[in-house]
Amino acid sequence: MTETPLIGSYPAGQGGAPLNGARIGVVTFPGTLDDRDAARAVRVSGATAVELWHGDSSLGGVDAVIIPGGFSYGDYLRAGAIARFAPLMAKIVDAANSDALLPVLGICNGFQILTEAHLLPGSMIKNDHLKFLCRDQVLRVENNATAWTNAYAAGQDITVPLKNQDGQYIADEKTLDALEAEGRVAFRYVGANPNGSRRDIAGISNAAGNVVGLMPHPEHAVEAGYGPGHTGTDGLGFFTSVLNTLLGGK
Amino acid sequence: MSDVSTDSAQKFNIDTVENAAATPDVQLPWAELGLKQNEYDDVVKVLGRRPTGAELAMYSVMWSEHCSYKSSKNHLRQFGEKVTEEMKKDMLVGIGENAGVTNLGDGWAVTFKIESHNSPSFVEPYQGAATGIGGIVRDIISMGARPVAVMDPLRFGAIDHPDTARVMHGAVAGIGGYGNSLGLPNIGGEMVFDPIYQGNPLVNALAVGVMRHEDIRLANASGLGNKVVLFGARTGGDGIGGASVLASESFDSTKPSKRPAVQVGDPFAEKVLIECCLELFKGSLVEGIQDLGAAGISCATSELASNGDGGMEVELTSVLLRDPTLTPGEILMSESQERMMAVVSPGNVAAFEAVMDKWAVEYSWLGEVTGTGRLIIKWEGEVIVDVDPRTVAHDGPVYDRPYARPDWQDALQADTFTGSVQDAGRPATPEELKAAVLELIASPNMCSKDWITNQYDRYVGGNTAMAFPDDAGVVRVDEETGLGVALATDANGRYTFLDPYHGAQLALAEAYRNVATSGAIPMAVSDCLNFGSPEDPDVMWQLAEAIRGLSDACMELGIPVTGGNVSLYNQTGSTPIHPTPVVAVLGRFDDVARRTPSGWAEDGQAIYLLGTTAAELDGSEWANLRGHLGGAAPKVDLQRERELGEILINASRDGMVDAAHDLSEGGLAAALVESSLRFNTGARVALDEVAARDGVDTFTMLFSETQGRAIVAVPRSEEVRFNDMCTARRFPVSRIGVVDAAGGALDIQGLFTVPLDELREAHEGTLPKHFG
Repeated sequence: MTETPLIGSYPAGQGGAPLNGARIGVVTFPGTLDDRDAARAVRVSGATAVELWHGDSSLGGVDAVIIPGGFSYGDYLRAGAIARFAPLMAKIVDAANSDALLPVLGICNGFQILTEAHLLPGSMIKNDHLKFLCRDQVLRVENNATAWTNAYAAGQDITVPLKNQDGQYIADEKTLDALEAEGRVAFRYVGANPNGSRRDIAGISNAAGNVVGLMPHPEHAVEAGYGPGHTGTDGLGFFTSVLNTLLGGK
Repeated sequence: MSDVSTDSAQKFNIDTVENAAATPDVQLPWAELGLKQNEYDDVVKVLGRRPTGAELAMYSVMWSEHCSYKSSKNHLRQFGEKVTEEMKKDMLVGIGENAGVTNLGDGWAVTFKIESHNSPSFVEPYQGAATGIGGIVRDIISMGARPVAVMDPLRFGAIDHPDTARVMHGAVAGIGGYGNSLGLPNIGGEMVFDPIYQGNPLVNALAVGVMRHEDIRLANASGLGNKVVLFGARTGGDGIGGASVLASESFDSTKPSKRPAVQVGDPFAEKVLIECCLELFKGSLVEGIQDLGAAGISCATSELASNGDGGMEVELTSVLLRDPTLTPGEILMSESQERMMAVVSPGNVAAFEAVMDKWAVEYSWLGEVTGTGRLIIKWEGEVIVDVDPRTVAHDGPVYDRPYARPDWQDALQADTFTGSVQDAGRPATPEELKAAVLELIASPNMCSKDWITNQYDRYVGGNTAMAFPDDAGVVRVDEETGLGVALATDANGRYTFLDPYHGAQLALAEAYRNVATSGAIPMAVSDCLNFGSPEDPDVMWQLAEAIRGLSDACMELGIPVTGGNVSLYNQTGSTPIHPTPVVAVLGRFDDVARRTPSGWAEDGQAIYLLGTTAAELDGSEWANLRGHLGGAAPKVDLQRERELGEILINASRDGMVDAAHDLSEGGLAAALVESSLRFNTGARVALDEVAARDGVDTFTMLFSETQGRAIVAVPRSEEVRFNDMCTARRFPVSRIGVVDAAGGALDIQGLFTVPLDELREAHEGTLPKHFG
């Protein structure tokens, strides 16, 4: 039987030569949903997407890692609470904290997993209105000095889809004050707060700026016609940012 | 683990085939399981002895209305008979399998199907709606396809009835909670409120999947010695008798709650099952596959064996259980979710197990394909089922139920809206017409459904080119070429109540029109026929007429029915729901980049109305708002629909239109408001000329529901070409206005101007007001 591409997975070798050979891993857990989408965004930006399996014990030499959205392990117990114990997560935590500063992006469930793994502070609880909410969301780029935001201008407004049930970012006041003081609030919601997140926080980074997590979905705003308002591609900057970082530009 | 089943096996007095033969006079609870006397007698005749308890369980679920289509089969045949060779040319798999398969071209195939999960969704809305999505998705996987989108047509009771909120919150949260967890975008559906559905809400679910031609799988057990495996979730006590006791009887408040007959879903298990099955298909590791839905293991074993070329023998104690106290009959009837059964050749057993282990999915080998032609089920080696699988799965009872045109039908059709008591004070002045438009667009059925659709993920997968509120959901299939599909579902219970034959045709016409409006070429139909009790000759007549009408219309439009579902007994006491044939039409795009959204965004583009308007207010949303239901359904003109479709498809393909919206419920008034609000861009419209051409007044122009109409926005540079195309086809077209980005309002010249903000407030406020 010939191997045929599934929806969302390109045949090998397609899409031209990858940019400078940058290889970006996309982690799949049981229950991950947006892994193909994250891989597509990586390809659209010009890099090569590498599938990583949660049970693997090696990062396979990738240059950066994306933990995509979904409901890993059904989000049972608590979003991200089980996924953080996956063998691959230990490798990701080590690499992110090492001198090499592996760039790591957590989107939605990925953000929840990063907080559970203590790469990022705070936590997500159920939206204040208690419902799943899917809508196009305007975000303000508060910090454009991270590995995943350097392609944006500081203060720039971007529109990307938001879709989650447990998206309310919380942390104690001291942590929030520290995040603000250190410029680690990467994104804030513009307009009505969609879920009750403290201080309208949509995404944050670690102190070194190589680890970023956010609830909205930039990978769903990379192709005109498939993102917000039928035309939006504001999310592409995440994926070109990390290429800037890897190529040493920023 | 095996100890548990051994222990439990000893707790029962197992009714073996040998025992059944020796004790012919034992009384069995066939009536409690939903069988009628004549049906039980048939089972005894088929077997030549009384059935065992396990056999009775199997026959009772498989011969239920839900599984056997015994009341509708004689009529459903028309979908297979009224088909031309031309209609068959793209049909790769027809009616009868889990879902039909249609050729999309470039080696791609698409499979889609719509099903009901009505009764469970009333009893337990969250789980009922959730498992409705789960079941239809497994049907799609069973064909070898990757599911790529879902849709959900819903009908609930009165918006202000206290119980509506219970069903609404539960069902919407269930569809979202389950569907969002599967990674399948929800791309559309319907939401209708009507008191007629108060005790019988309709929760229908559609799923669509795609595959390469060579990956198509069928549900049959062939190949002597091949192994039969059950995998996925464990079997529990949920959903026992769901198909027979729940879905095949009317609700009766005097009987005990039927909650134990509702299944409980685990979307995480389903998501893992999807990926696991796709990996099995990729490695060609299964010979046949069947999902476990209604009637559980009874259905899967008998259908796989019946469709195969031999027989099957399985050991029931090998089934992994959630509850070790289940009896053999309960195990056979359980409708526990997230389970699949497959037939695997001995050479692939190791590879199959490796895939299961990778995804941490539990499985157990139950038995194998035999050459006996019999389905043998054993309990600890003792035979408890020995049947010809065809008699269970396919040769169930068929009823020619009596039907007759109801004696009240003539009086109903004579009671037209125009001139009725409810029509007194029909809006005529500019102020009255403005108020009428605002009332219409804020009404329960015409208001914005964002409150619902914002609870569904429409983005996941990255291939959603259009979703609600556009006329059709559009999904890209091939990322290289842009090849894709469009889907729309429609039904109007009021039209069908007035005239079942034409009402069903109108449902098809609207779904067809919606798909064409998006720019796709309609290709195939799936239907979910929601009706009352077939034992009522009035209802049976509605069903017979609707099927006759729908099959005739499919023939005339040249698109075949590839599958579907019948849901009967949707009635409370002696009051049936309006006959509600929900029709889904699938269309094809060479490149989904050509899709046409339902609203305009470019200042200065010309707005055209395609089609003519007659005074057709019977059964309309306006009449409904005034509390009137009577008269004649709008006239059906399928030739006109076909011509309109061709114009819309060509205009989309050749870039002649940037927006298109079909006119249906709520007429021109609703369409103008919706197209303006879609991208928050206003318009100036003048209706005098077109109203004079059609010989109707302004009110009728705005609120009539004449079919075969659409509005489009045409770029200035394309106007000549667009007009020429319509003229050449002699299709009525009239330039009724212009897109006005600066005005921020919908301006009906000579009548009124309403700011978009005011329209939006009216349109979007209704559902939040009622449901929070």
